[in-house]
Amino acid sequence: MGKKFVGEPIPRVEDHRLITGRSQYVDDIVRPRMVYAAILRSIYAHARLKAVNVEKARQAPGVIAVFTGADVREAIGPVPVASRLPDLKIPKHPVLALEKVHYVGEPIAVVVAGDRYLARDAVDMIEVEYEPLEAVVDPERAIAEGAPIVHEEFGTNVAFVWRLSGGDIERAFREADVVVSQRMVNQRLIPVAMEPRGVVAEYLPGEGQLTVWTSTQIPHLLRTQLATMLGLAENRLRVIAPEVGGGFGSKLNVYAEEALVGYLAMRLGRPVKWIETRRENFLSTTHGRGQIAEVEAAVKRDGTVLGLRYKIIQDLGAYHQLLTPAIPTLTGLMATGPYKIPNLHVQIVGAFTNKMATDAYRGAGRPEATYWLERMMDRIAGELGLDPVQVRMRNFPQPEEFPFPTASGLAYDSGNYHQALRRAMELVGYEKLRQEQQQLRQQGRYLGIGISTYVEICALGPSPALPAGGWESATVRVEPTGKVTVLTGASPHGQGQETAFAQIVADELGVELADVRVIHGDTAIVQYGIGTFGSRATAVGGTAVYGALQKVKEKATHLAAHLLGEENVANVAFEDGHFFLKDNPERRMTFHEVALAAYLAKNLPPGVEPGLEATYFFEPSNFTFPFGAHIAVVEVDPETGDVQFRRYVAVDDCGRVLNPLLVDGQVHGGIVQSLGQALLEEAVYDESGQLVTGELTEYAIPKATDVPWLETDRTETPSPVNPLGIKGVGEAGTIAATPAIVNAVLDALAPFGVQHLDMPLRPEKIWRAIRGA
Amino acid sequence: MIPTAFEYFRPANLSEALALLEQYKDEAKLLAGGHSLIPLMKLRLAQPQYVIDLGGVKELSYIRESGEHLLIGAMTRHVDVETSEMLRQRCPLLAETAHRIGDVQVRNMGTIGGSLAHADPAADYPAAILALGAELRAVSTKGERWIRAEDFFVDMLTTALQPGEILVEVKVPALGPRTGTAYVKVAQKASGFALCGVAVVLAVDPNGVCQDVAVGITGIAPKAYRARAVEEALRGRALDASVIANASAKATEGIDPLEDLHASAEYRAHLARVWCRRAIEQARESV
Ligand SMILES: Cc1cc2nc3c(=O)[nH]c(=O)nc-3n(C[C@H](O)[C@H](O)[C@H](O)COP(=O)(O)OP(=O)(O)OC[C@H]3O[C@@H](n4cnc5c(N)ncnc54)[C@H](O)[C@@H]3O)c2cc1C
Repeated sequence: MGKKFVGEPIPRVEDHRLITGRSQYVDDIVRPRMVYAAILRSIYAHARLKAVNVEKARQAPGVIAVFTGADVREAIGPVPVASRLPDLKIPKHPVLALEKVHYVGEPIAVVVAGDRYLARDAVDMIEVEYEPLEAVVDPERAIAEGAPIVHEEFGTNVAFVWRLSGGDIERAFREADVVVSQRMVNQRLIPVAMEPRGVVAEYLPGEGQLTVWTSTQIPHLLRTQLATMLGLAENRLRVIAPEVGGGFGSKLNVYAEEALVGYLAMRLGRPVKWIETRRENFLSTTHGRGQIAEVEAAVKRDGTVLGLRYKIIQDLGAYHQLLTPAIPTLTGLMATGPYKIPNLHVQIVGAFTNKMATDAYRGAGRPEATYWLERMMDRIAGELGLDPVQVRMRNFPQPEEFPFPTASGLAYDSGNYHQALRRAMELVGYEKLRQEQQQLRQQGRYLGIGISTYVEICALGPSPALPAGGWESATVRVEPTGKVTVLTGASPHGQGQETAFAQIVADELGVELADVRVIHGDTAIVQYGIGTFGSRATAVGGTAVYGALQKVKEKATHLAAHLLGEENVANVAFEDGHFFLKDNPERRMTFHEVALAAYLAKNLPPGVEPGLEATYFFEPSNFTFPFGAHIAVVEVDPETGDVQFRRYVAVDDCGRVLNPLLVDGQVHGGIVQSLGQALLEEAVYDESGQLVTGELTEYAIPKATDVPWLETDRTETPSPVNPLGIKGVGEAGTIAATPAIVNAVLDALAPFGVQHLDMPLRPEKIWRAIRGA
Repeated sequence: MIPTAFEYFRPANLSEALALLEQYKDEAKLLAGGHSLIPLMKLRLAQPQYVIDLGGVKELSYIRESGEHLLIGAMTRHVDVETSEMLRQRCPLLAETAHRIGDVQVRNMGTIGGSLAHADPAADYPAAILALGAELRAVSTKGERWIRAEDFFVDMLTTALQPGEILVEVKVPALGPRTGTAYVKVAQKASGFALCGVAVVLAVDPNGVCQDVAVGITGIAPKAYRARAVEEALRGRALDASVIANASAKATEGIDPLEDLHASAEYRAHLARVWCRRAIEQARESV
């Protein structure tokens, strides 16, 4: 056996160019005669636009053009929403506001000038006459009687009411010994990708082709949508996602600016660049989370959970972006988590508010589900006087119950939840820690141990479950020299698929890692694909690569048999980059020789096409369901409310591991973002709808010094959904860690009788809770 | 994130800089490390027509001994204060304070003069400068003067510097005998600035009695201040736990604490008291 790459800790092939500053992001793209766009955005959360006077701006030095909503309304279609829920109210969403503005940051006009400074200066010269209206910021208020209405045409701020039931919830509550209920908030967050959004567009009139470089997670889906918005033939539109500096779901979208900049390039006949400022990124790139839940659990004294009832309000913001209404439905689907809870009722009310839209943010609906449920498990343990471990263990399904059907209608593919939790307890030394906790309490020190056991829905997903299809595509192209080019329809932007896919190829074809090049993100080069989100790129996209490789291997084997003069293809083996006859291994050819022969095409078997490449579209039969157990150990300073980490242990099961470094990297990043939500982050709007946390000086994302040492470990339960057994791990950290940390802090506060606090658990909040106790 | 247009000057020496400042007065801004000014310009909260970059004025970057004092040039970067062997030996409080400012990039660029002249209510240096009883030398085309630290900070973002004046030097006393110092800080989690920063200089006699003490507190009020009530409650007393605790309880006496998204006035005052106590204890340990 030669080298094997799959499963090995191969350093990322992407990293060299990233670390040495040699990758090309949107703002690095410079085209001849390029001009710059800057956008005037609403300073009011809710106002009528009485007049937008752009004359002064048009006269300003260096200004080439200024457009308002009225100027482009005919030319550019509305910003699309892909989710379809029953009776969903869909507000008109023009790329530039028309009669009204609905949130601070809504685009009103665009200036194009010779450089970005002049463009920005001219923005200040546009005179907008606003008639301010009362804003509604709090989603609970928004759906209450008498609230200001965000979109008057609906007469209500309720965009949808979505329900999901399984089992017999009434009976569960009748049979319960105890009902535990809790109201909780999963606060609105700002994704803060390191690279803000940006678009460059160039129109080639000769070919009638528009090229759009944009920082996106979904170049192909975006191309289809932009074609519609701009009235262009899809094959005259090329979307390129160059290096993308983080998305976390916030670039899984179709934004007004993407169509607008494309339009400007066509209209002005010059390439146009727009780069979002950090301030704009805070105001006008989608936010995440933003749910309020009232959860009730029907439980038996022994901790068995009979049923769960959720009443959730989703803060939608003012408009639907691409998947805004769909995100909370994922919360509903995952509402029973890793537990065998046969009775469920979920009601989700989507509320319009005068704020930026919420949409996917790493985890997208599943962190909310896990948070609700894991907080409930601890509340239940507290009410019943049981150890939180005991409550969880009691409710896990057994490994032999998989595929496990849930009350929400899913079938979990595979799992062993007891094992993951046991492993985490072992690593952290659970029993000893509980003893230490008791001892420290005697000394007035407050240690907290927080557990989160989770399951997530990943590898999105079977096509019927997704608005635009849930498959993924790959082309494996063997070049005449035996180098291998992979074209993936996934659009990785930091997840490391260039490495993971190369590992798969290297193993399957017996080539070196360096012989493989993975290309993505350019719709003119790569066959149609879906993109990177929902922890799907490896599980679905990687499987597509694997499928294409099987086709390539089959053809190459066929050809090798022919060249080796063997009529029986079954007698040809392929190992370590060589084809040989099973009964006569001396008769052999290298993979390179076969590849070259395929292209020279001097001696092909009858009916075989020249060339050596294959494309495969993989349609998964189900989602995958990664799971695991995280344990956080913290100490709370009772004098200041400060939280210090003692330990953090993560045991994740993401199915088969292609590269442990990639998995660790994903888990680390996810946990850090969770830590942000648990302890630091919150998008705060004031009553008038101004974003108070509109800068990095006010919105606290975690810094390196906030992050504890992360002890990661794994169990490996392969998924039966794809031949590689992969489940996906892109979001596990953000799904698992938030409740682990919050549970740890609340466990520390248990002696003070504090049952729940809403995130972020800032020191002052903790200090007040202790003082109030 | 995109500033308005300005004209840029890079004088090679102090007199050129002073002449430019004299010429453009209020329409000019001095640029030191740029780590306060440039963010304001990017947000268009500052829109100077002329920017006078002190980066070329090499004569303002130094750390020198002068008898029982240490002299630090206004253009001395935080990193040079942080890592100066001389300061670590003879004025560890200042080096320790510099070490707590921002992150490495900020410390590589920011200057002591810029930080003091900017007078951010949450900046770190002011607490130490007050506790050390520093003196600041300002120069204009008309001459120079010394300003006591306590007179220097006037209000939020406002100092005693007059138009046309450049802060050129900071003079701090060297560490005295049987003296301990400490700087403790609770960072505002987003910006990294001080939600509460307490600097203590504490001299004790061999019996553990406080002979002299100075406490500077930043982050709590519109400007950094000397906690006189704390100092009085310590001076002449044996520093046992209850004396320190009682004194620290006066950390915000006469002060109206700030209130914002990151901390209420009540919590800020609480932090000031707790961290004042912890800083005094730490200073006592370091004697
Ligand atoms: C990300 C970040 C984090 C930070 N964290 C901290 C922190 O934790 N603690 C902290 O204390 N600070 C922090 N700072 C601020 C940093 O220390 C700045 O360097 C400092 O506040 C200003 O110094 P500067 O040399 O950069 O001055 P500049 O920004 O160049 O100037 C600031 C102001 O002072 C004026 N000025 C400068 N030099 C002189 C002079 N010699 N005479 C008269 N006027 C002058 C300028 O005209 C301007 O108005 C942070 C800054 C950033 C960007």
